[in-house]
Amino acid sequence: MRIITVREALNEAMSQEMARDKTVILMGCDVAVRGNPFGVSKGLLQKLGPKRIIDTPISEAGFTGVGVGAAAMGLRPIVEILYSDWITLAMDQIVNMAAKMRYMFGGNIEMPLVIRAPFGAGGGNAAQHSQSFEAWFNNVPGLKVAAPITAYDLKGMLTTAIRDNNPVIFFEHKRAYQHKGEVPEEQYTVPFGKAAIRREGKDITIVSYSMMALRSIEAAEELEKEGISCEVIDLRSLVPLDYDTVMESIRKTNRVVVAQESHLRGSLASDIVAEIIDRGFDYLDAPPIRVGSLNVPMPYNIGLENMVVPNKETIKQAVYKALGNK
Amino acid sequence: MADKIIDDVLDKCACTTDLKAPKGMQGKEQLELYRKMMQIREFDTKVKDLWMENKIYGLAHSYVGAEAIAVGTCHALNPDDAITSTHRGHGHVIAKGGDIKKMMAELFGKYEGYNHGKGGSMHIADVKNGMLGATGIVGSGMPLAVGSALAADLLGNKKVTICFHGDGGTNQGVWHESVNMAAAWSLPVLFVIENNQMAIGTELNKVTKMTDLYKRADAYGIPGILVDGFNVFDVYKAVKQGVDRARRGEGPSVIEARFLRLLGHFVADDQWYRDLEAVKPYWDLDPIVRMRKYLIEQSISSMEEIEKIEKGVVEEIQEAIRHASEDCSEPPPETLYTNIYANDERIS
Repeated sequence: MRIITVREALNEAMSQEMARDKTVILMGCDVAVRGNPFGVSKGLLQKLGPKRIIDTPISEAGFTGVGVGAAAMGLRPIVEILYSDWITLAMDQIVNMAAKMRYMFGGNIEMPLVIRAPFGAGGGNAAQHSQSFEAWFNNVPGLKVAAPITAYDLKGMLTTAIRDNNPVIFFEHKRAYQHKGEVPEEQYTVPFGKAAIRREGKDITIVSYSMMALRSIEAAEELEKEGISCEVIDLRSLVPLDYDTVMESIRKTNRVVVAQESHLRGSLASDIVAEIIDRGFDYLDAPPIRVGSLNVPMPYNIGLENMVVPNKETIKQAVYKALGNK
Repeated sequence: MADKIIDDVLDKCACTTDLKAPKGMQGKEQLELYRKMMQIREFDTKVKDLWMENKIYGLAHSYVGAEAIAVGTCHALNPDDAITSTHRGHGHVIAKGGDIKKMMAELFGKYEGYNHGKGGSMHIADVKNGMLGATGIVGSGMPLAVGSALAADLLGNKKVTICFHGDGGTNQGVWHESVNMAAAWSLPVLFVIENNQMAIGTELNKVTKMTDLYKRADAYGIPGILVDGFNVFDVYKAVKQGVDRARRGEGPSVIEARFLRLLGHFVADDQWYRDLEAVKPYWDLDPIVRMRKYLIEQSISSMEEIEKIEKGVVEEIQEAIRHASEDCSEPPPETLYTNIYANDERIS
């Protein structure tokens, strides 16, 4: 199969869906002329014109709200927040408007809105350009949240997100844009709410997503050589979250590590562990172990940053801990 | 300080402009404007009573005193044009031609209400009819109006959107962001400022140096017009001009409808913080009192005819209350989980 970058896969997802559906638009800072800072939307302006590929002023609350209003009135907007850290500026529009309007209005509105949010740490971008806020949105009924990592999933799930009639927060790990993977040329969709088992194993389950799913696979490969068989689950979709697959795996392995990149306190890992205990405490032979960033703001210095963000080694240590009483 | 505000209103807007129907507007049409204003007045007068009797609950904000703004504005619209609202949305629903019974049922929390009992007063919405919803957060509806106009522009359907908001809302960041984007892209949207001089208990001049809010339009390169917010014809004429302009593709306008909030912030607000003596003279400028006087003086209507209209409205609201309390039902418990996601998808 053809191999392309994540950035190309996302570009293709938008380009193809926009050709198919004339109501899809893209708006955000620098998405048109410059094609976004990561080159994700490069060329779309030339293909689709300035009415559909819109460079906005630096007004995150305002243009996210414009997306909400346009979605309510017949368009399918994709709103891009240049770095997901700045989604804070648009929180009112996302949390109090987009997520709530269908419910508040008794179902009498549609909200087909995608918010693309490049997230994640790495490269010394410091405290305002490195964060992972998915846990905040997990706490807001009315939103869907996706964080796929492979080029194949990113293309397929972005297409799904655009076609979904609900507001979707679509997290793209910005350190993955240059990653490559097999991606079909034709359109296809990858559903929400279905996790992918990246590696089968019998000793322990590692539940993960986005960059930490890749780190978990690397950890599992090394652990395999030590005779530890890890089952690695890439959740891909966070709301809804495929607990059926998670629990099925735990019933087999009886041990679990949940690894993700956001600060551990109040993280999705904490929530997933709580849900695992609710659903199947009796299947567990050892306490579940969470992996996440240290609870400190992201420092600039690369050495310090590397201390904050989990990596392959952190995940391996968590696996040893979970297997401690075996 | 209350007097200062009121002096401002009198000096700069007067709120005493003569009622003068636009050329060609028939008496029947003028009476229809009066009837709509009366509907809002009677609806929100009864809402206050019902709230005091604990028949409706939560927060409800009265549109009493502002009737001329919603009615004058919406009269300049086509049925398929859109409006965004504020926390004070009952007047907007009625002016946009909404269903009074469904709104009253919603305030009663009933399943037969506009929002099936899930929104109440603060989130009243009639999206099919172009009323994109009341919102409880000041300013949050503004960018939605711009989005609605952006959709109209791209779809080429010639729809115009009205963004209703108060003077308080103009100090939110999204006001500036929204007006700027609408102006930059020449979108068909009008920002109608219902300037009642009060942000709950905070007077405009205490938090804003330049209180001629319509002048802010200059900064965005679009027209800004000041009108008497108690004068339905004044509002209509200015909005009509702005709507025609927007429909021609010439972009947005700001219309400041200046008046004075006659009642409290919400229906049970006793306004202890305010000099109510200073407000009293403004009841003489009340849009409904003035309109009634005008209709008689100009021989557009007889007293009997006006009384007939008023009686009809009182009965209509009474029937809406009866309908809400007798015919309507509590939302079934299973509806708790519907309408969170499209097609009632459940995500646990």
